[in-house]
Amino acid sequence: MEKSLNWHEFVITRLIKASGYSAILFVALIFFFLVREGVPALFEIKLSSLFSIRWYPIEEYYGILPLITGSLIVTIGATLVAVPLGLGTAIYISEIAPRWIREILKPLVELLGGLPSVVLGFLGILVLSPYLRVLLDLPTGLTAFTGSLLLGAIAVPTIVSVAEDALDAVPRAYREGAWALGATRWQTIWRVTLPAARSGVLTAVMLGVGRAIGETMTVMMVTGNAPVLATSPGNLFLPVRTMTATIAAEMGEVASGSTHYHVLFFIGMVLFLISLGVNIATSSVVFRTKKRAERILS
Amino acid sequence: MRYCVHVFLLSLLSLTACASSSSGQNSSNSSVAYIENKGSDTIVNLALAWAERYQAEHVDVRISVTGGGSGTGIASLINGTVDLANASRQIKEEEIAAAQSNGVEPVEHIIARDAIAVIVNPENPVSQLTLNQISDIYSGKINNWSELGGDDRPIVRLSRETNSGTHVYFLETVLRMGNSKDKTLFSTDTLLLPSSEGIIAEVRQNPNAIGYDGLGYVPDDLKMIAIAEKEGGVYVLPSIPTVNDRTYPIARDLYMYTDGEPAGIVQDYLDWILGSEAQEIVAELGFVPASFTPSD
Repeated sequence: MEKSLNWHEFVITRLIKASGYSAILFVALIFFFLVREGVPALFEIKLSSLFSIRWYPIEEYYGILPLITGSLIVTIGATLVAVPLGLGTAIYISEIAPRWIREILKPLVELLGGLPSVVLGFLGILVLSPYLRVLLDLPTGLTAFTGSLLLGAIAVPTIVSVAEDALDAVPRAYREGAWALGATRWQTIWRVTLPAARSGVLTAVMLGVGRAIGETMTVMMVTGNAPVLATSPGNLFLPVRTMTATIAAEMGEVASGSTHYHVLFFIGMVLFLISLGVNIATSSVVFRTKKRAERILS
Repeated sequence: MRYCVHVFLLSLLSLTACASSSSGQNSSNSSVAYIENKGSDTIVNLALAWAERYQAEHVDVRISVTGGGSGTGIASLINGTVDLANASRQIKEEEIAAAQSNGVEPVEHIIARDAIAVIVNPENPVSQLTLNQISDIYSGKINNWSELGGDDRPIVRLSRETNSGTHVYFLETVLRMGNSKDKTLFSTDTLLLPSSEGIIAEVRQNPNAIGYDGLGYVPDDLKMIAIAEKEGGVYVLPSIPTVNDRTYPIARDLYMYTDGEPAGIVQDYLDWILGSEAQEIVAELGFVPASFTPSD
């Protein structure tokens, strides 16, 4: 009896361990694959032409700078939209809303998260972009800004659900302590609850940004895909071409093993490294705050 | 709807490739024969209409039609996963070489003709342009409609993605006006839209826009531009008669490619396509029937 229990224990522990390590293995394999297919690009074309400003692959112009700036400008725009809106919603749901409103709002926000991005793209083409063109008097409504608004809408549910969980996990005693000291509701939220939930809130923002930078279908449909080098904030209101849209639009037709193919994988590598950078930066901040919090509590 | 085709293709490319490898020839041990047909988005609606009509008449034949672009279709033919590759451009030298190294011998069949219509919003007063002017618009030399006798509005250039056969055809025939040494490129701020629907939706609501698309896809509520080959030449609107008599300057042949001379069921299908019944469908969809093309 005891023996078979031990045996079960052994198998289950190993299985759990294996599934834990498999995540690392998969990321490593994906990165290995990206490197294997992407690095040849560095040998096939000069660095100066890879980091030039003209992207026109069918005539062998492989400048990826416009694509990088395109992705950055759309992502920054989306972050500016999604973070205030997402955190605001999370705070409202967790701290302010009465119970019955919360019970309606939470599933609704999660429903928004389940909306396929291609549907948002259609809305963007048919409704949002014509509206923005007239409202802002732009030459065309297919701009980075349109993409930012829609990506913001895609990132909001992620931010809300993660941040709301983090705020919910803050012990009630913290809030009661603040109220007892005479703090208003806003002071309690801003000075006590939010800082206490900081690491979870940062994780929420990071996941939201990651969702935005990796999103493909919507940006491909609404940003116009013009490979223009974005040099000023004004480019937010002009068409841009993102890295993800480029890969999605061109990978289907490219001859495997060609220079163009390798460059597309190289773009994938750049995208991977950017996401990794965002992750590392955020987790270092998260870990630091945790240490400080532990110091205070001890 | 063509978005769906596109997305479907992107995600299921590998699946279709696996599923179709056994198609076509091995019809002997079952009563139903399969034809796999894939390629140009320009041709996809036409190919679908043909397949539907043909299957209604031949219950023992199943034809599967997918889009994705001329390059995709030809690549699939090279990989041996389709029986018929649709292309809105001629196969390239390097594609023939790749096919031959794979043991595939592409054979060309002209199945219809197509004209590219240059389209603007109906509010735009400009109604005729020369090829040269269109080239200057797309290369970025002309940036305002007032330079062409229109309103004082910025020009928003719309194009298909670079992997579209229509894009390459427009680049060669209009931007470079048939001169293969010309290295003119699209202006970088040209919007590259992934589908015909995208171009039509934008032109429909934006009076600044200029776009191009296959004559068969232009809806009635958009304005087509009459085009002259040179300054002082005759401005011709695209239509089936003007494409047939070769007065409209932006027109081309559409192709299907087979591996070797077609045989059996594929041959029957191709013969039917070139027959009068199928060519009537060509005209109904706004393309130009191939049978009227003088052979040259």
